Amino acid sequence: MTKPFEPMIIGFTCNWCSYRAADLAGTSRKKYPPNIRLVRMMCSGRLDPVFVLEAFSGGADGVMITGCHPGECHYIEQNFKALRRVLLLKRTIEPLGINPQRLKLVWASASEGNLFAKEVETFIGEVRDLGPLNWQKRAMRNDLRLVESLPEEVPV
Amino acid sequence: MSENGKPKFAMYWAASCGGCEIAVLNIHEKILDFDANFEVAFWPVAMDAKYKDVEALEDGEILLTLFNGGIRNDENEHIAKLLRQKSQIMVAFGSCANEGCIPGLANLSPIESLFETVYNTVSTENEEGIRPQSSYEMPEGTIHIPEMYPVLRTLDQVIDVDYYMPGCPPESHQVAAVVDLVISVVKGEAVLPPKGTVIGAGNSTVCDECERTRNVKKIKKFVRIQDIERFDPEICLLEQGLICNGPATLSGCMAKCPTSGAPCVGCYGPGPRVLDYGARMVAALASVIDSRDPVEIEAILDGIVDPAGTFYKFNLAHSLLKTGKASWNGN
Repeated sequence: MTKPFEPMIIGFTCNWCSYRAADLAGTSRKKYPPNIRLVRMMCSGRLDPVFVLEAFSGGADGVMITGCHPGECHYIEQNFKALRRVLLLKRTIEPLGINPQRLKLVWASASEGNLFAKEVETFIGEVRDLGPLNWQKRAMRNDLRLVESLPEEVPV
Repeated sequence: MSENGKPKFAMYWAASCGGCEIAVLNIHEKILDFDANFEVAFWPVAMDAKYKDVEALEDGEILLTLFNGGIRNDENEHIAKLLRQKSQIMVAFGSCANEGCIPGLANLSPIESLFETVYNTVSTENEEGIRPQSSYEMPEGTIHIPEMYPVLRTLDQVIDVDYYMPGCPPESHQVAAVVDLVISVVKGEAVLPPKGTVIGAGNSTVCDECERTRNVKKIKKFVRIQDIERFDPEICLLEQGLICNGPATLSGCMAKCPTSGAPCVGCYGPGPRVLDYGARMVAALASVIDSRDPVEIEAILDGIVDPAGTFYKFNLAHSLLKTGKASWNGN
């Protein structure tokens, strides 16, 4: 019997709003699926697009970036930088074959634990509908030196 | 060591255009120094040689191999592995061997559509629909031609590489400097850099070598070079809205393109500590767009006509993602 597909989501949250929102979701016992792995950054503007590509190439099925609401960034306007980077990155990964819907940007303030949990749940559902990306396994086949060491089937 | 006591040299082209060989010949009279110090064992572009001559050599008999071109078919792979076995120093020479370069852009398309383009477009005279086959039965026996792989691989995805020399092609002054270095190593006057070093390049970005004036960048519109009649000859091209890949690109070319008014396309590959070339360009360009409104940002981004092709023009096969999804088929 094959196991149902459980998407692996990497979440990048900013220290000042959206990580606090995740914290609040936890302390107020909000439940959401455990598919997301959160990585805390000081600011969504710290998000180097390479983090996202590294996540996809390393086996993530979706990447979620969360930041403070526009105008509320702890570092004045760096969340706008994150917004621009995400919009450009979506355009860049689409021709490479990654559905831009696998990348999502969400604004969440420190008081929005409910919203954070809901957004995570929605995104996991969206990625589950898109199916596994499995980039790591596919791309590794392009590296001849790695092909020989690769097991026949990499568990999803 | 050959009979005349000179160390042996080899240069091979795999999936490449031949510009790298010209770059080597372009070192002018230095080529005489080179000839005085090296015996050419194998260099198909410059002189006649057979693969069996290389196979007959002892392992490690060739001192230096400059390998240019990516690995696109089984012949490329065979020669890469053969030369690795016979060579002491293997240099990935030029952008194709380093990071895929223009041939690597074919990784965005499935192999079938590549054949379709080459053998079956309107401008192609191929009424019988002939396609290359890797083996064919003839009365005299079976003949083989190399079989094309579904993706282009860089040299270090196939064999162990000692040094990387970027550029499309590597600048002649850099080739000359590397030749000088190898000659002095042969004479015992210098030592080789650590394995894995990028040789024949700078240690910064193209922007650092560019002499154009830089101010605070605020971009409201991206333009293509043919869209505008006249550019300011002094100011940074990126500030004028042209997509210049200088911020992500390794220095070493003396910023020839931006200095003469053409934006950098990124042929020297990723700069120091750049993990993914395209990601660095996305970060750099998105940071200088002067807008906070999602709708306006999208409109500005419409000016970047082909983001993947622009940011991964030279680097697709060696990027973090290594290839486009389309070329997975059949792999």
